[in-house]
Amino acid sequence: MLTLTCPHCGVQADETELSAGGEAHLKRFGPGSSEEELEGYLFARENPKGPHFERWRHAYGCGKWFLAARDTATNQVFGTYPASEAQPADTLRDLVTASRPGWMWRDFGGEA
Amino acid sequence: MSTRLSRGGRLIDRTRPLRFTFDGHRYQGFAGDTLASALLANGQMLVGRSFKYHRPRGLVASGHEEPNGLVNLGAGERMEPNHRATVTPLRDGLTALSQNRFPNLDLDVGAVNDTLLARFIPAGFYYKTFMWPRAFWKHVYEPFIRRSAGLGRVPEGRDPDTYEHFNVHVDVLIAGGGVAGLAAALAAARSGKRVLVLEQNGWWGGRAVIDDPEIDGTPAGYWIDQAVRTLEALPNVRLRLNTQVSGVHDHGYVLACEHLAENGGPRQRLWRIRAGRVVAANGAIERPIAFAGNDVPGVMLASAMRDYLVNWGVSVGDRVVVVTNNDDAYRTALALHRAGLIVPVIVDARSRPDGELVRQARDLGLRIEAGRGIAKVTGRRSVTGVKLCALAGEGAAIEEIPCDAVAMSGGWTPSVHLWSHCGGGLTWDDARAMFLPDPRRAPRGPDGQAFVHPAGSVEGELRTGAVIASGARAGAAALGEEAPATVSAHDAEEGPLLPVWVMPQGAKTALKRKMWLDFQNDVKVSDVELAAREGFQSVEHTKRYTTLGMATDQGKTSNLNGLAVLSSALHVPIPQVGTTTFRPPYTPITFGTLAGVARESLFQPVRRTAIHEWHQRHGATWEPVGLWRRPFAYLRPGEDVHAAVTREVLAVRNGVGLLDASTLGKIVVKGPDAGRFLDMMYTGVMSTLPIGKCRYGIMCSENGFLIDDGVVIRLSEDTWLCHTTTGGADRIHAHMEDWLQTEWHQWKVYTANLTEEWTQIAVAGPRAREVLAKLGGIDLSREALPFMTFVEGQLGGFDARVHRISFSGELSYEVAVPANQGLALWEALMQAGAEWGITPYGTEAMHVLRAEKGYIMIGEETDGTVIPQDLGLGWAISKKKADYLGKRAQERSFMSSPDRWKLVGLESLDKSVLPEGAYVIGQGRNANGQRNTEGRVTSTYFSPTFDRGIAMAIIEKGPERMGQVVQVSNRAGQPIAARIVDPVLYDKSGEKLNG
Repeated sequence: MLTLTCPHCGVQADETELSAGGEAHLKRFGPGSSEEELEGYLFARENPKGPHFERWRHAYGCGKWFLAARDTATNQVFGTYPASEAQPADTLRDLVTASRPGWMWRDFGGEA
Repeated sequence: MSTRLSRGGRLIDRTRPLRFTFDGHRYQGFAGDTLASALLANGQMLVGRSFKYHRPRGLVASGHEEPNGLVNLGAGERMEPNHRATVTPLRDGLTALSQNRFPNLDLDVGAVNDTLLARFIPAGFYYKTFMWPRAFWKHVYEPFIRRSAGLGRVPEGRDPDTYEHFNVHVDVLIAGGGVAGLAAALAAARSGKRVLVLEQNGWWGGRAVIDDPEIDGTPAGYWIDQAVRTLEALPNVRLRLNTQVSGVHDHGYVLACEHLAENGGPRQRLWRIRAGRVVAANGAIERPIAFAGNDVPGVMLASAMRDYLVNWGVSVGDRVVVVTNNDDAYRTALALHRAGLIVPVIVDARSRPDGELVRQARDLGLRIEAGRGIAKVTGRRSVTGVKLCALAGEGAAIEEIPCDAVAMSGGWTPSVHLWSHCGGGLTWDDARAMFLPDPRRAPRGPDGQAFVHPAGSVEGELRTGAVIASGARAGAAALGEEAPATVSAHDAEEGPLLPVWVMPQGAKTALKRKMWLDFQNDVKVSDVELAAREGFQSVEHTKRYTTLGMATDQGKTSNLNGLAVLSSALHVPIPQVGTTTFRPPYTPITFGTLAGVARESLFQPVRRTAIHEWHQRHGATWEPVGLWRRPFAYLRPGEDVHAAVTREVLAVRNGVGLLDASTLGKIVVKGPDAGRFLDMMYTGVMSTLPIGKCRYGIMCSENGFLIDDGVVIRLSEDTWLCHTTTGGADRIHAHMEDWLQTEWHQWKVYTANLTEEWTQIAVAGPRAREVLAKLGGIDLSREALPFMTFVEGQLGGFDARVHRISFSGELSYEVAVPANQGLALWEALMQAGAEWGITPYGTEAMHVLRAEKGYIMIGEETDGTVIPQDLGLGWAISKKKADYLGKRAQERSFMSSPDRWKLVGLESLDKSVLPEGAYVIGQGRNANGQRNTEGRVTSTYFSPTFDRGIAMAIIEKGPERMGQVVQVSNRAGQPIAARIVDPVLYDKSGEKLNG
């Protein structure tokens, strides 16, 4: 059972307090978008063995959504941040790079 | 024959005899006995029958790894199946029954499986035997499988015992209270951090108390006592016996099960532990050796035989042959010899055994047969002797030696499950023939650091000095510290072991058919080899195909032998075959323990409206909707549900009815951007809704599918109130918050789920206006309060918001008041409506009324694949809006296909009620030979208004096919003919809505 620290209220929350919300940093495509864009938005998801960015809600706590950078293979948590942030901060990316040199996730990845 | 010796037994109190029964026979044991030791003390070697072949089974082990000694413990509602006799403390009056035998243990008719059918129940027999002919399924195969599947019996009645949970946070959890665990605890405790030590058995020290090495210049027992005393005195250390760590989960979450003494309190306690670090000091398990007849009662693990002798003063036999591939088993030979029992021979697979213990045995004059093996154990229900052979040969008997028990040792297997539950990798140590934790592939905590530290024999250490050093190292490492100076220990020097996976090495199939790997599931060497020949290469597949290591046992004694045999059959090295996945729990945990106090009313809260008690008093039968309880119908004396629903429907149609609609979700959306936000959430336009007006709204997912509906009202310039379905309130509120927080987080909008703040009562029927008018205070006329408007004010003294909305097709008002006024309003309405026979109605009448009117219901007409356009709700979708959730997805070609199944009404020609969920049968057959379908029934009821069955359905091109007759499938018989009609059956013009 994972623990994640909610960046809004600071609580180190058990997984039972949280609800998972799938992949983070999806860009919404609405009317006027192409079929390919819509398909990518609705269905195409990363499935990494390694660093992943995902949405969580502190559902039985403060109720806020946040994002987490977690290694799917080892469950190492590199950091959590508010869902309103469009991208992971450079400091967080550096943390991931330090543990997983050469990582890639969608558009953003680390230096080899 | 097994018996109690006149001396010895460090755990038993001979002054306190206890009575118990096994299979109805009366026996006596002592306080401190386990059920297993007490049975052995009474000469009861036979404890069960094996799973497939019903072969006689005796005890093999002395602890949690016991595969055979499973009993039904207790009786009636307290009966518990699959209890391991070896870890069941004896108590006065205990009753136990053996399992998997019929009619009794001594005479078992299933044993025909062994003598006649054994050849026909090979590996994978389920898959091979029960395939055909098809007709055999019902009368031959299924009864056979049902009778033979599973061990033990299901308890009768409700469990009267109680269970509880502990929630604990610690810095270091130490699993295992042997010398490794105690050394780890001493090392970790120095820091002052919180340390918890859990030991599955009822004593500290693990195997050291049996073998009694010298530690720190003192006997092991003395050192252990001192260590426990030191730890008990520390405020940061907690110690618990009889508590087994059952599983290690992500990020240091650990479950452990504590067995409590019987004193009227809870029976078991589940420890839910969040540990910073876990020290796995949970020991190793001895392996059997695969020789023919190794399952005959009386063949036992060498260490277990030593345990029975030292702990409980029980000898398993008078003449015990020891068979081994290592030095440790000599401890058993020496202990038996010193206890005055006869060890006619030690059969050692190694050609030149020469350790300290071997020399001791030799000096005592014990006969050692080196380079030999056991060709066969003779005897069926008990051992009568063994036939010796050369290890290297095919098993030609050299000599037969009479004996009544065999002590076997194939070496030790570290219990690495706690390391591996969270993915800890293993590495094969060829010299020690062990899978050991690979420190490079440790389970990781959130910080990326290893959080499980193996200690003692889990790390492969078997000699006391190394075990203690390993424990101290692990305890210190758990806190990132250096290991303390270690204490000295002395035990015998040991020579290397010789891996022996099959004995003798050149055995042919006939012998291998009698060599058991998994005693509990009846898997033999021949089964694993057969699986390999049939192409099973993965150890995971072989496990499932042969059932090796399955069920309650999980292969504690059998896994390594099994995969070694597989490796040899596949001609690949053992590490390449690998191990099966280790999954918690380590030994079975009862459901009661997992549930704890969360049972009955504490399992799930029940949500009650303010009028709940009134409903209860007036004959309500309940329908669970989410956590809510809603009245399904109000039964009057002598009425059944059908009669009650009919009465309630007709009352609404002809007079007036009252519905408790409080459970409908009520979400307030407020803020400068609330209108803009709601325009995205709903398919229609909500920003233009005038204050005081109501509008029906539907919500879709981004995939375009209909997810909820309800009436939205505008309370003020920046405030809307959104009604949702009863089951949808929490989900829709979360849905709104998701979009607000993550996509439009710059928009200024607040939402609040105020469902429980208000009681909402629907007053529906031609007399509704008159009833409300009688309460007075608000002008409810057609002109003052038109359809789809609301007004706030004092209604008969209540702080009311009155909506002119209808879900029944009748003139209808929904009155919302603060919840604390709800019951009083309900009662006032009942009184005011008495002269028109006002009738409370439940959810079933509500369903019938809305179906007669063709109103859709989320969850009935929708199933996650239905879009609003399918249900004729195009009018509720804005054509002008640039965007709303689901708009783009609804533009996909298949969403606008003319072939989609669309909403219609269905009338059976014979007026019967169509089956719920039935398919409308189409033309021809699909690629699988199944009949094509062209629609399905979504709602179907008996309509009291029309005195016939009515239904709603979605049918391919349905609205274009009005009047056509289709065939509706019917599991009970022939398809039913039904005509496609307008879904709106009642008051098509809508005049009744105005009263």
